[in-house]
Amino acid sequence: MAKLKDLAKMEDRLVAGHGMCLGCGIPIIFKIVLRATEDPLIVANATGCLEVCTTIFPRTAWNVTWVHSAFENAAATIAGVEAMFKALKKKGKIPQDKKIKFLGVGGDGGTYDIGLQALSGAVERGHDIVYVCYDNNAYANTGGQRSSATPMGASATTSPAGEKSPGKIQPRKDLTRVLVAHKIPYVAQASPARWQDLYNKAKKAFEIEGPAFLNVLCPCPTEWKYEESKGIKMTQMATDTCFWPLYEVENGKYKINYKPKEKKPVLEWLKPQGRFRHLFKEENAWMLEAIQKDVDRDWEELNKFAAL
Amino acid sequence: MSVLKPLNGNQTIAEAVRQIDPDVMAAYPITPSTAIVETIAQFKADGLIKGEFVCPESEHSAMSVCIGAASAGGRVMTATASQGLALMWEMLYIASGLRLPIVAAIANRSLSAPINIHGDHSDTMGARDSGWIQIYSENCQEAYDNFIQAFRIAEHLDVRTPVLVGLDGFIISHSVEVIQVEDDDEVKHFVGEYKPVFPLLDTSRKITVGPIDFTDYYFEHKRGQIEGIENSPRVIEEVGKEFGKKFGRSYGFFEEYRMEDAELCIVVMSSAAGTGKDAVDELREEGIKIGLLKPRVFRPFPYEKIAEALRKAKAVAVLDRSSSPGAFGAPLFTEIRSALYDSSLHPKVVNYVYGLGGRDIKVEHFKEVGAKLKKIAETGKIEEMCGYLNLRE
Repeated sequence: MAKLKDLAKMEDRLVAGHGMCLGCGIPIIFKIVLRATEDPLIVANATGCLEVCTTIFPRTAWNVTWVHSAFENAAATIAGVEAMFKALKKKGKIPQDKKIKFLGVGGDGGTYDIGLQALSGAVERGHDIVYVCYDNNAYANTGGQRSSATPMGASATTSPAGEKSPGKIQPRKDLTRVLVAHKIPYVAQASPARWQDLYNKAKKAFEIEGPAFLNVLCPCPTEWKYEESKGIKMTQMATDTCFWPLYEVENGKYKINYKPKEKKPVLEWLKPQGRFRHLFKEENAWMLEAIQKDVDRDWEELNKFAAL
Repeated sequence: MSVLKPLNGNQTIAEAVRQIDPDVMAAYPITPSTAIVETIAQFKADGLIKGEFVCPESEHSAMSVCIGAASAGGRVMTATASQGLALMWEMLYIASGLRLPIVAAIANRSLSAPINIHGDHSDTMGARDSGWIQIYSENCQEAYDNFIQAFRIAEHLDVRTPVLVGLDGFIISHSVEVIQVEDDDEVKHFVGEYKPVFPLLDTSRKITVGPIDFTDYYFEHKRGQIEGIENSPRVIEEVGKEFGKKFGRSYGFFEEYRMEDAELCIVVMSSAAGTGKDAVDELREEGIKIGLLKPRVFRPFPYEKIAEALRKAKAVAVLDRSSSPGAFGAPLFTEIRSALYDSSLHPKVVNYVYGLGGRDIKVEHFKEVGAKLKKIAETGKIEEMCGYLNLRE
């Protein structure tokens, strides 16, 4: 088990000076993920908050090798880097014992939506890469538009709540299970609220040979609209209500890594967030019920999978 | 050993790939370039190449893999056509913007809609401002020779700019010619060792590649990129000469056919130039002083040299195998006419769009152009500035 004080002593691989919002969950997540391997790292970053805020020329907040090419192709880009590594090893231009880890990163926009095809292709081809999605439930970099990861009922700028609309009507895409369906060696869902679990999963993802995918819920005070200091609490509520269960699927075997002692009503997660405020009007009560039903059904299903 | 082999255009590209053995080859199959990808896959399956072959799920990802691989620090190639190149469009600019010397073979094909699988230059002309060097081939031999030279040009440290080599879809990609395939070792030696610049895989330097550039840097970085392609004419010339010295076939920016005393001139690229030369021969027999100029390098456009070559002509017809709807003529025409603007003799220049969607162009069509040029030269009048060849109107 990693100890926080040991991790704190490790060199930061994403350093101070970036321009992410006050209370943003992204740097918290990546400071943990990037510590989960001691090997040299090459990161390919999709266009998004993380990319834009960390590399405004001539400055960079990256203390590892980093590359950005476009929005929808972080997985294909890192696959190319990994392919070159393999080729140059085979041709004897890189020593056989040289180790490098290859990490693709993107938000839910770059992963669930525009980058889904490239991610699907890269993991299906079996590249030895890790892909981490920081899922903040919206296109936060462009100001909070809906993504397919935006929860049902949330108000986003392209699925706004209004007199005639309770926000986003559709349930979110279950990307973690889409990745499970690729039958890759390792898929996991994590949250910065349980840093030890996130660290363990990232470590496992780096160690496993072949493609690994990590979906991490990322609190976003700007788009979720809650008090900046409460981000970690928000993600804790997401797991305690089973909106965002923590689990992993290793070689097809499901394991739930955290079961709340008492499964809290989803209301408790929704209430502090401004993006769900309109749901508490009388006319939208049906939506609250629908959200609870959706969460219950998914949690039940996950428990069945884990029991197999 | 240098040998004569019957190969089609796609096979000549694959043969060059086998000889060069790039470190990473990433490509998605599309008609008419599919056989390039399949042949490379077979070479890999048979252990004839050591490089990694990646078969991504789309052309967009194919170019993204190329970009990742080239940034990592090695030699990279791809092949595509038509919609595939169109799908890569976003990434073409990123490849050139990041100064990655990727080489692409393009089996030129029309763009949808309507969907059509046959040859024209709409695809690469759509990429003409993407910052790639563009070289066009008349036949299988040229496709092979151009493709080999492309690596030397792209990777030259003063250039560091991606290169695409066009071969007309089906007309070249699927036509078998007997070509001179040079000795494996000689080709390898000609292309030389790859010299990486700021490779990602050298993790001792933790570099940041592709950061965001705002108003205070973007312009300067773009200017720096343009410098690369502006440096390329010297390199293209040197490589073309050296290739000639080594293999007996020299290359420049364009080929001049019976141009010495030509009063009339037809400018045409790629496979149609072969037909055009036959037409020129026939017209010459009829006593018409006509010649043909076949541009080989379209980007960078050799405007000074072409203006010099066409300066003394009385009338010039530029034949384009693509259109630019709404523009003053098709792409090659606008370049040539602009290049001749400062010429003191001001030849008359007209434009004919031909062969869209693979429509055939025959000797008789070139002769039709010859007759029109003759009339323009005699009367000094242009009746139709921009027209079409072999089209039902």
